[in-house]
Amino acid sequence: MVSFELNGKDVSVDVPEETPLLWVLRDELQMTGTKFGCGIAQCGACTVMLNGMTRRSCVTPVSMVEGSSVTTIEGIDGPEAEAVQAAWEGLDVPQCGWCQSGQVMSATALLMEIPKPSDEDIDNAMAGNICRCATYVRIRKAIHDAADKLEG
Amino acid sequence: MTQVLSRRSFLASSAGLVIGMTLPLAARAQSGAAAAFQSGAIDEASFAPNAFVRVAPDDTVTVIIKHIEFGQGPFTGLATLVAEEMDADWGQMRAENAPANDELYKNLAFGMQGTGGSTAMANSYMQMRKAGAAARAMLVAAAAEEWGVPESEITISKGEISHGSGKSSGFGALAEKAAGMTPPEDPPVKSVDQFVLIGTDLPKLDTRAKSTGTAIFTMDVYREGMLTVVVAHPPKFGATVGSYDDSAVLDVPGVQAVRQIPQGVAVYATSTHAALKGREALKVEWDDSAAEKRSSAAIFEAFSKAASEGGKDAEVLGDGAAGIDGAAQVIEAEFRFPYLAHAPMEPLDGVIEVREDGAEVWMGSQFPALDKPTIVQTLGLSPESVQLNVMLAGGSFGRRAQDTAHFAGELAEVAKAAGAPGSFKLVWTREDDLHGGYYRPLTVHKMRAGLDADGKLTGWEDVVANQSIMAGGPMAQMMQDGMDPTSYEGSTKMPYELGNLRVGWAAQESPVSVLWWRSVGHTHTGYATEVFLDMVLEAQGKDPVQGRLDLIREDAARDRGVLEKVAEMAGWDGTKVKGDRAYGVAVHESFETYVAQIAEVSDAGGYPKVHRVWCAVDCGVAVNPNVIRAQMEGGIGFGLGSVLFDEITLGEGGVVQQANFDSYRMLRIHEMPEVMVEIIASDADPTGVGEPGVPPIGPAVANAWRALTGEAVTELPFLTTMEA
Repeated sequence: MVSFELNGKDVSVDVPEETPLLWVLRDELQMTGTKFGCGIAQCGACTVMLNGMTRRSCVTPVSMVEGSSVTTIEGIDGPEAEAVQAAWEGLDVPQCGWCQSGQVMSATALLMEIPKPSDEDIDNAMAGNICRCATYVRIRKAIHDAADKLEG
Repeated sequence: MTQVLSRRSFLASSAGLVIGMTLPLAARAQSGAAAAFQSGAIDEASFAPNAFVRVAPDDTVTVIIKHIEFGQGPFTGLATLVAEEMDADWGQMRAENAPANDELYKNLAFGMQGTGGSTAMANSYMQMRKAGAAARAMLVAAAAEEWGVPESEITISKGEISHGSGKSSGFGALAEKAAGMTPPEDPPVKSVDQFVLIGTDLPKLDTRAKSTGTAIFTMDVYREGMLTVVVAHPPKFGATVGSYDDSAVLDVPGVQAVRQIPQGVAVYATSTHAALKGREALKVEWDDSAAEKRSSAAIFEAFSKAASEGGKDAEVLGDGAAGIDGAAQVIEAEFRFPYLAHAPMEPLDGVIEVREDGAEVWMGSQFPALDKPTIVQTLGLSPESVQLNVMLAGGSFGRRAQDTAHFAGELAEVAKAAGAPGSFKLVWTREDDLHGGYYRPLTVHKMRAGLDADGKLTGWEDVVANQSIMAGGPMAQMMQDGMDPTSYEGSTKMPYELGNLRVGWAAQESPVSVLWWRSVGHTHTGYATEVFLDMVLEAQGKDPVQGRLDLIREDAARDRGVLEKVAEMAGWDGTKVKGDRAYGVAVHESFETYVAQIAEVSDAGGYPKVHRVWCAVDCGVAVNPNVIRAQMEGGIGFGLGSVLFDEITLGEGGVVQQANFDSYRMLRIHEMPEVMVEIIASDADPTGVGEPGVPPIGPAVANAWRALTGEAVTELPFLTTMEA
């Protein structure tokens, strides 16, 4: 049995301890906003926050999050997340949408760390998130827009 | 999908445009399955004037979208057409996937339900407007009767029905009454100058759900007692299961069963993790006797030799290749294009629930007209007892457009082999996806051009050698004289007046499965023709832009239009290299949409870095400019990644050498150029934008790179040439 905090609520799951957090979220808890894309931490579709830091859930054994706080796209909130999601809507960033939960998680984490990121900061923070539709032009612009909005 | 086919069948079928058809109850119930996509208004709809439009008492208008949404925008685009003719407010519009129903929801360009060839907007343009106009006419009739006034005095604006007397109503309040009105046979539609919504940047209907993780895709479907299934497929194309040992598999906690199916060996488990662990423990002896054992290098040599032999005539103009004989100068190049995987971010997946009396299926089906019958036949059920729910899909780029319905077939075999009713989710991992075939065909182009003593073009020859996508499948019946135009489309019917010309095709065979990959034949013909033409113009001492303009035929005004526009956007002045930046141009029409691009490139330590791309597109009436720009941006990024990095290669013995995104590299954000898009104003009927942004970017970058370094990249991807 592994217990952790998920989006502010305590959860316990009875699964083999090496089970990737991604499949625990999806198969056991039906939190389907976090996506499977590669299984080897190459694409970022499965990005969640673990104790406030981004983490690829597809390579994170669930045993590692025992007693920790996990936030998924379903539970993300706060000014940075709101600004990012509003900017995503304002620019119609998503195309197929599969990678966008991970993109939003990474962009939110970036703004929490660097409120006014440069293009280089964006490259560094977002290069781990693949978008096969190549919505990158809008992702970049949306992050700048969200930063501007947060600055007020 | 080939243009030749789609044009022909469009003409044949458009006469049968069905408007004002009443939705059968069965179909109405089915559409609830797509309620994956919020709204919820459908079941309460009190007015369903036809198979495409639902008006609910709460004023929401839900448009049933017959084309699968995987990012290219039909939810928004087709809903815009209906909203325009209904004079609805954009805020009241919703979209839902149509279920599989070939009768109601066929693609008028194909004559069956399916999405491809960038036809969604083109074939729906009049049909969806008529559907909206019919709904509007019935609402007007209802209002006239309710208020006792003539229909001619009623107006509608932004979803508000009103009369000069001061009476007004939303759609919802009159919906029930409207449902009792007779649908008009052929309601008039607006002229282009009357458009209010078409041509504006309306926000996309699926953006919010996709920004908040609430959009439901196939993999997000969970059913009571559902088992997750993964299949061990043969590592070589054409191999089959010899024998297998599952003794260790059944010891894995959660694994429920192992079954052999025609496609391989299936492992059934209570979770994805258990299924994957179980498959790792499986031992299979494969029978390779009929397998492809050649490496990519050997296949290239064979295809190159076949191209040298000339192939069959695909197009001959003037004296054909004979025009090159006796030329003062002959320019030659051989272009090599590798297999490419589509690698949609959501790998192939499907859910099937078999019940005592039928089955229900959830999948990102791009050809429901082929997927459903395959499931019906495999399970021996009646068509009426099988419901196929078309789901949002995490990308496709052609991968889900399966003429052989191979994934639906595998899903049905998984259910059949289980031997009892139940729910099963079949998941392909990224490794299954990249090893799984259905690639863009490996292709060789042998190009020759002749110049006379004055540098004038005397002839042009382009011989293509590759595997046919259509041969061997159900589309083979559409081939004429054994020719598959998707193999060389774009090499033929060029916009240029080249005098003597010959395009040849040498059809090749291999057990490796091939499929349409975003822009199909144009993925390689656009590159080969536009790079080779640039080399010819250089030999002639001509400017890349002016040289092309001089060659463009009189009747190719739209090719000319986009080329002139992109030159203006980029400030083209004939200087190919400025400081450390070089500029390359390409223009290419695909699926009746015309695109020209100019790429700005520098040399980043022996590799091209693309900084900016200017793009001009002519796709007729721009229904939603925002979606068109998005598709050009995305098409450029998708095409750029493939020409720079991507290849699927077979190693010695025929085993695929790439496994995941560590070895099949996707373009990432730091490699994405700035993109500037302009859309040519046009009153022509709209054409598609999902694919046509892809073909020009490769040659534009290659032409800039050659201007900068003198190196002609004729073997893709760039990475292979750079590291050779």
